[in-house]
Amino acid sequence: MSVLVLAQHDNRTLDKATLHTVAAAGKLPGPIHVLVAGRDCGAVAEAAAALEGVAKVLRVEHPAYANPLAEDLAALLVSLAADYDHLLAPSTTFGKNVMPRAAALLDVAQVSDVVEILGPDTFKRYIYAGNALATVRSRDSRRVLTVRTTAFPAAASGTGRAEIATVAAIEPTGLATFLGREVAKRERPELTSARIVVSGGRGLGSGENFKLLEELADVLGAAVGASRAAVDAGFVPNDYQVGQTGKIVAPELYVAVGISGAIQHLAGMKDSKVIVAINKDEEAPIFQVADYGIVGDLFKIVPELTAELRRARG
Amino acid sequence: MRVLVPVKRVVDYNVKIRVKADQSGVDVTGAKMSMNPFDEIATEEAIRLKERGVASEIVAVSMGEAKCQETLRTALAMGADRAILVETTVELQPLAVAKLLKAIVEREQPGLVLMGKQAIDDDSNQTAQMLAGLLGWPQATFASRIEIADGAATVAREVDEGIETIRVRLPAVVSVDLRLNEPRYASLPNIMKAKKKPLDVLTPETLGVDPAPRLDYLRVEEPPKRKAGVKVGSVQELVAKLKSEAGVV
Repeated sequence: MSVLVLAQHDNRTLDKATLHTVAAAGKLPGPIHVLVAGRDCGAVAEAAAALEGVAKVLRVEHPAYANPLAEDLAALLVSLAADYDHLLAPSTTFGKNVMPRAAALLDVAQVSDVVEILGPDTFKRYIYAGNALATVRSRDSRRVLTVRTTAFPAAASGTGRAEIATVAAIEPTGLATFLGREVAKRERPELTSARIVVSGGRGLGSGENFKLLEELADVLGAAVGASRAAVDAGFVPNDYQVGQTGKIVAPELYVAVGISGAIQHLAGMKDSKVIVAINKDEEAPIFQVADYGIVGDLFKIVPELTAELRRARG
Repeated sequence: MRVLVPVKRVVDYNVKIRVKADQSGVDVTGAKMSMNPFDEIATEEAIRLKERGVASEIVAVSMGEAKCQETLRTALAMGADRAILVETTVELQPLAVAKLLKAIVEREQPGLVLMGKQAIDDDSNQTAQMLAGLLGWPQATFASRIEIADGAATVAREVDEGIETIRVRLPAVVSVDLRLNEPRYASLPNIMKAKKKPLDVLTPETLGVDPAPRLDYLRVEEPPKRKAGVKVGSVQELVAKLKSEAGVV
């Protein structure tokens, strides 16, 4: 029996989240197959075939898969599931949307946001906003998992030579129609894969003030994130949100600016290697997880830090 | 159109939970319990649909022990019209909840199920998608805007890349995200009125669903703790430490 990984992509490039998912699949018994469903997605299929550890790529071309709709992708997964013991996708909004639907159709309990694979049926995952770590064993004979990408390395790219098989599409359900996507174009690295993340909270006071963080981020080559409070206040768009219900990040350096450190935020960043906190309230909970803290006015400290780093880098 | 709103009773989001010493689970004894915050947003959205004349009746559903009636009373006080409790002492996991909800949907025939995208206790983010799959209905998850017209819902979804917009035919299941609305507080008169609103109690047996868990929680442990760090006095000191000690810049 084999492992099937549902690839996340935009028909042109394979999303990095899939590389981490393939690495997680390597912890399970059996060859790894990657399902690439899209429209004109040949380049993606080839990228998947070149991943270390991938034995076979299933390429499915159909206009219905041009944009990822859960109804059609779940139905496709179900049609292929008989050959697989494990079905995996990254725990991104893409994977979270599709996989539970497929699991229910297969009458399987999904294990969400897996951070460790202990065996074919036993997994670790966080509950209660990261405040408890559960070891879960599935009683089902087939397992559907979503994988926390920061918990697994990325599979090496360019070394594999997997066979690409063309698989026929199944009849589209026609239940949902994709209308559009507003994607903010950003010069900076992507939040979940950045080596350094600079995040702002309510303390920034306005969206305008995020400029301070962007300048700091540019010196560091960092991505910019935010707490829920900053997103709710409309300072920055939703895709900045780090936390329990937003994005999970684990960069080498996380700089939390004007973020108090609610447990829901900590859930999204506390696996970062080094955490720096800048906050005027010395009692702020963020300091309990920070390796280095500075108490003071962020509007003074952040520009100073930007200037000092610029100087240090020559 | 009838709108069904499933609501879950969870440990309040402000409570810092403790793991039991024997690692058998999380100690919730005496903890303040509340409606799952995402379900409050779903309830609020249903009420707004009713206020706009789009929805005609709001039915709140909860599942679990008898105390879930408190959560249902909260939904009724906010503005739901009636409530259903599926009472059981069995530990309910998302697949079982989805099957029970499917049975309720078949009885109640709603045009829309509005529910939270995830519960803040098990953080599974599964039930809405599972319910939609079992019903063969379309799903619109992580909604930050919902417009209903001509037998379809146009939904803006919060996705990792930004905002995605889809249209789903009704009936459908929509799961809601944080930015959809700000839930109202129930007024005292409405809390009093809610006590008189109908609340039916069913069981998994009467619904013909086996709610047995499929996942065994073998162990629940404290996550690895971060060591307490240091406060530094200046930006120069911080940069020096990031370079020499931490080696990250």
